[in-house]
Amino acid sequence: MEKDKNGRKIVLVACGTGIATSTVVAERVKKLIEENGLNAEVIQCKMAEVASKENEAHLLVTTSILPKTYSIPVVNAMGYLTGMGSENIDKEVIKYLKE
Amino acid sequence: MKISELFHQEIIVTNLEAENREEVFRVLYKKLLDNGYVKESFLEGIIKRENTFPTGLLLNNYNVAIPHTDAEHVLKPAIAVATLSKPVIFKNMANPQEDVNVNIVFMIALNESHSQVEMLQQLVELIQNESFLNSILNAKGGDEVIETIKNYVVFGKID
Repeated sequence: MEKDKNGRKIVLVACGTGIATSTVVAERVKKLIEENGLNAEVIQCKMAEVASKENEAHLLVTTSILPKTYSIPVVNAMGYLTGMGSENIDKEVIKYLKE
Repeated sequence: MKISELFHQEIIVTNLEAENREEVFRVLYKKLLDNGYVKESFLEGIIKRENTFPTGLLLNNYNVAIPHTDAEHVLKPAIAVATLSKPVIFKNMANPQEDVNVNIVFMIALNESHSQVEMLQQLVELIQNESFLNSILNAKGGDEVIETIKNYVVFGKID
């Protein structure tokens, strides 16, 4: 689904308060984008704001549990906090952004 | 700002015996409030947030919780710590139906996420380090906890 003429993908990074865990995740995703030369951009927000932003975004990366299903794919980033499976999360994010 | 600057002896409690998480919240909130880090509204923010988006993290031998709330309730940034003499139940951030027996609580009071990224990243690295968790659980008093944190940060065990 081309939402942006340049093919630039928008990644929403969300957590409950939009301040702590989403910051850590957002930084990691930004680094992935840079290191892999991906045409993408990160927008950080609270879970409550996702519904109003999902139409402009291509991917949601979150540490929270979702209150509903979204029209965009979702990657659960809990592993970035606990250290378990963080490389798998990296791979998943990259996969979605390369499509 | 380095992460060690967010920890202060007056907002650290070791070997706290608490029956439930609200008790832990009250104790740490009072420390933060009395020392001028947060507004009165902070406690309610913490409780409400925990009820909708729990912050229990299931790790290996020791589990951690990282309660925090909106920046509007924070006056000065800080991280309050409680090591618990017996585990207290929190819900799992990854699965809110699931209970996690938490041993250490880091109550995070931050107000500028973008300038505080590095510290958050360091906190995440610290909590993934089991020997760090073990060390602070054995610490007696805030001074020892702070020394431990400084050791882990300074000696390159985390950057």
